Amino acid sequence: MLLLECPYCGVKAEETELSPGGEAHLKRFGPGSSDDEFEAYMFARKNPKGVHFERWRHAYGCGKWILAARCTATLEVFGTYVAQSSAPPADIVEKIKAKRPEWKGFS
Amino acid sequence: MKRYSVFALAREALNHHQGWERAWKSPSPKARYDAIIIGAGGHGLATAYYLGKNHGLRNVAILEKGWLGGGNTGRNTTIIRSNYLQDPSAALYEKARSLYETLSQDLNYNIMFSPRGLLMLAQTHHEVRGYLRTVHANTLQGVATEWIGPERVKELVPIINIDGPRYPILGALYQARGGTARHDAVAWGYARACSDMGMDIIQQCEVTAVRSENGQVTGVETTKGFIGTTKLGIVVAGHSGQVAEMAGFRLPVESLCLQALVSEPIKPCMDVVVMANTVHGYMSQSDKGEMVIGGGTDGFNNYTQRGSFHHIEETLRALIETFPMISRLKMLRQWGGIVDMTGDRSPIISKTPLGNCFINCGWGTGGFKAIPGSGWAMAELMARGEPGPLAAEFSMYRFREGRFIDESVAAGVAH
Repeated sequence: MLLLECPYCGVKAEETELSPGGEAHLKRFGPGSSDDEFEAYMFARKNPKGVHFERWRHAYGCGKWILAARCTATLEVFGTYVAQSSAPPADIVEKIKAKRPEWKGFS
Repeated sequence: MKRYSVFALAREALNHHQGWERAWKSPSPKARYDAIIIGAGGHGLATAYYLGKNHGLRNVAILEKGWLGGGNTGRNTTIIRSNYLQDPSAALYEKARSLYETLSQDLNYNIMFSPRGLLMLAQTHHEVRGYLRTVHANTLQGVATEWIGPERVKELVPIINIDGPRYPILGALYQARGGTARHDAVAWGYARACSDMGMDIIQQCEVTAVRSENGQVTGVETTKGFIGTTKLGIVVAGHSGQVAEMAGFRLPVESLCLQALVSEPIKPCMDVVVMANTVHGYMSQSDKGEMVIGGGTDGFNNYTQRGSFHHIEETLRALIETFPMISRLKMLRQWGGIVDMTGDRSPIISKTPLGNCFINCGWGTGGFKAIPGSGWAMAELMARGEPGPLAAEFSMYRFREGRFIDESVAAGVAH
């Protein structure tokens, strides 16, 4: 069972209180983009076995979208942060690097 | 290979069963093969089998990082059906279902195919319309399904509650030749037949890198050393993304955990497979008497083979409402498998950006039923280098081109 702390309301929310929203920090491509870019944006997720940045919504709480860093191989949660972020915050990146030295970093 | 038969059984009975030979060999890898298949699950072994049987390609290795049939082949709920909506899916799954009919004789291995009939319950008016549409589509596709009313449902499944307070049973989509098979036996039967054709099944041999030259595959690095080949098939279900990354491309696939569970064994009480998609639960009774129950998929990426407990609660709540008599059953085991989900919930049997490297993945929550058809289509693709009629529509490039095979409700679970 996952526990994610909502960065807005501070509640340690249990999984049934949250809705999963897929990979975070997607760069959006729309009209005018190439087929490759649009296909990658629509379908080609990183789907890593390991460190994953993802979106969740605190659906049965404050209702806001939040972002989380989590390991898909162990279900360990490294931290959560606000949705108005274009990349993971430095402190979470440092924490992940300390715990997963083989991790290649966010890209 | 000594054939299994009633005479073999009698002979061995007189011999204290000392003379049975191993069902398949466990050889060391050779330096190179004409074709390598990564993944010795049902789909991988079926691919190898039809490569040998239909296309005469027998210098083949099947590499498996764990043990044979130990992934999703050993973790599913063994349901076989082909009542899909879209033409390409109906063709592929019906091919698989029809191959299952004679697979025991074909492999000389009892896979215990039991075409006991399968019901997909309609519990909302929306579902009634949807299944009527599927019945009409299946009629055009030549797949035998029919629409039945609630009284007939009650006849077929006496333990069902057809007038539940929330979701009364309004009818069902019935496929009389759907059913179940023994999942391990499917993998074991194909493995025995492959080994008999001279193919090498190499277990505990994990692929660590895919080697290529000038855009053509040349072999794989494994924990047992480099193995050369000019044809590579990737058939690894939940870990497709990992192996595809080794081969240098990304797949439109995400890996999620799907759970299932079985109850303690009870006397025979239900001789059909029942799927209740609105309340989200499906159940059949195994030959051992256990009620085999399919649960839900987690909504988040997961490689751990253990899912969230609340899905089990939701599934059991739904099933108790539908089958009140199971309310005091104890659950015996629960497990999870990593399923590879595509955007349109249809599989991928496809060429890839790497030359002579082929992929078979994306079966999501419904791969077991497709094993023979999937192997048939994948073998055709690998042998010829071009997809045959079964695989043609299932290219991984369909996402770019917008030619989806939309089966979002195919597995009967709320994705």
